[in-house]
Amino acid sequence: MINEIFSLHFLTGLLGATLRMSTPIILATLGEIIAERSGVLNLGIEGTMLFGAAIGFLTTLSTGSLWLGVLMAALAGMLLALLMAVLAVYLGLSQHVSGLGITLFASGLSMFIYRLVVGSPTTPPTITPFTPVAIPLLSKIPLIGPSFFNQYSLTYFTWILIPVVSIFLFRTRPGLRIRTVGQNPFAADTVGVNVNLTRTLCVIAGGAFFGVAGAFLTLAQQNMFLKDVIGGRGWIAIAMTIFGNWNPVAATGGALIFGFLDAFQLRMQSLGVNLPFHVFLMIPYLVTILALIGVSGKASVPAGLLKPYRREEKGG
Amino acid sequence: MIHMSIIKRKPLPGWVRVVIPVAAVVVTLILAAIPILFAGGNLGKAYYALFYGALGNRFNLLETFVKSSPLILTGLAVAFAFRARFWNIGAEGQLFAGAIMATVVGVAFPGLPAYILVPFVMVSGFLAGGLWAALPAFLKTKWKVDDVVTTLLLNYVMLHIMGSLLFGPLQAPGSSWPISVGIAKAAHYPVLIARSRFHLGIPLAFALVFVIWFINSKTVFGYQAKGVGINIRAAAFGGINTNMVILKTALISGGLAGLAGVGEVCAIQFHLLMDISPGYGYTGIVIAMLGNLHPIGVGLAAFFFSIINVGAQTMSRMAGVPVYISGVIEGVALMVMLIFLLLLEYKIRWKRS
Repeated sequence: MINEIFSLHFLTGLLGATLRMSTPIILATLGEIIAERSGVLNLGIEGTMLFGAAIGFLTTLSTGSLWLGVLMAALAGMLLALLMAVLAVYLGLSQHVSGLGITLFASGLSMFIYRLVVGSPTTPPTITPFTPVAIPLLSKIPLIGPSFFNQYSLTYFTWILIPVVSIFLFRTRPGLRIRTVGQNPFAADTVGVNVNLTRTLCVIAGGAFFGVAGAFLTLAQQNMFLKDVIGGRGWIAIAMTIFGNWNPVAATGGALIFGFLDAFQLRMQSLGVNLPFHVFLMIPYLVTILALIGVSGKASVPAGLLKPYRREEKGG
Repeated sequence: MIHMSIIKRKPLPGWVRVVIPVAAVVVTLILAAIPILFAGGNLGKAYYALFYGALGNRFNLLETFVKSSPLILTGLAVAFAFRARFWNIGAEGQLFAGAIMATVVGVAFPGLPAYILVPFVMVSGFLAGGLWAALPAFLKTKWKVDDVVTTLLLNYVMLHIMGSLLFGPLQAPGSSWPISVGIAKAAHYPVLIARSRFHLGIPLAFALVFVIWFINSKTVFGYQAKGVGINIRAAAFGGINTNMVILKTALISGGLAGLAGVGEVCAIQFHLLMDISPGYGYTGIVIAMLGNLHPIGVGLAAFFFSIINVGAQTMSRMAGVPVYISGVIEGVALMVMLIFLLLLEYKIRWKRS
């Protein structure tokens, strides 16, 4: 048993699975960071991911095209995000409640549409999912090769997005504008930035990330749609956003820890190690809570988060 | 370009506040026609099935009451917490805590008579849920840790605690499924109406609506909690021990959710299983908002949701509309209500420029 755990084969598999399992969480976290940096906490994330998972799966099921599924999942996520923006940005309703409302609505809607399309068969329909793409040469490096460079296209895409989102938010003018809107909407308005439009665009961009994150689960990690396919990954992304101090790179670190524990636990189970695997599943949540206690008071929460912006109330 | 702005309006007369929820329900049912038509359902038949299935005969009506009990409790739990701005998204986990405790007590003391064991499971389940909610409240008051996230994450911690117990010490011997031993007969909630599942927990939930209303509007604590909710700094300045108020609020809020878990174990399932709740804790958040955080509003909203939930089963059978329509209707109801509540205080002005 011990030999098996310390073998190269096991390690390669574990590292590969860690990257794979953290992919949807990283994607969702990036989307949430963009929204929250502009001042909108989107608790619709969990439902939006499920909607993306459902729409992506159903598109692929009926067209056979995986990439069309990914595209439709992104659009589905953007549609729900638009609804979120109307409620929380333009109407200025409580972000907590709007988001939870979106999650509830989207969960019902996803299952409703899924049943409409597939009916109630005894075994859920499946698709042929994405297969890992080996990168020439790099995938031949021992240990790192097969684990890092033999992944799904969506995982590579996610890893490209981490620096892209980071540079966009911290090194470009639109990024600066977004952060100003999230930090001090009144100041942004004074210098001519359309606060509500900026927030809406950020929420919608985030929605696309959520949708694709959901679709990753039904089109790559698994090959079917189940009611609890998201399994709280959206909430984990919310936690990672805070854990990573609203910074894409740091949040990715958190998502990797989560992916690692999940992958390790699954591997132990498949090796037949009689671990109380629920205890393992609990660890990431406990670690996150401890981390939140650690960063409390020091966290750089966007100052405008949760506050709707209404010009008439300036200074009031 | 057309510009939209939202402006505070003069207070509307009191009767509007009463009409608003009714109007929201009507608008929701009109909007729900869209997915029903999409599913190819006949509207008349679908709505008839919805209401017949929920209220149409003795059995259906009593089932709607059975369903309303956990929804009232989690709705009250969330509303009570939100009123003091303790953002308790964790009613689901607190429900699990109550259910686990009820199972442990219900299995461990088979010799006790019902008149002791039933109150015992209730009190211990209430305390388990309350203490589980007090943990994030403590983190919030001590280190200012965001309560939305901690309460949310603790749901999963409790889910996995339940999982490790159901695959461990609580697992029924010989079973390979995560299911516990049955609880003692004496721990079952008494059934109050023959040939139905109408149990003690239902009048209890309705009674708690009035208890919470009483606490909110007639006690010093209720007044303090409201003060903390409206302006915590002013409340502290006015001499209220705000940390204490938040902790007590969490205890009561989590306790109510815990009671919902006790009810599911002691009146519905009679043992513990992973699927003990179909998300009652999360639905409770929506019910709390739909009821505008007022206990009586929560009671009515919970009953409306149980009509939708129970009726959707019949609608699915009679009109061929997938049963998940209930989730869609509930989500729409919340959004409509939120917009209506906004229009109560603000008006939207469109300007052309």
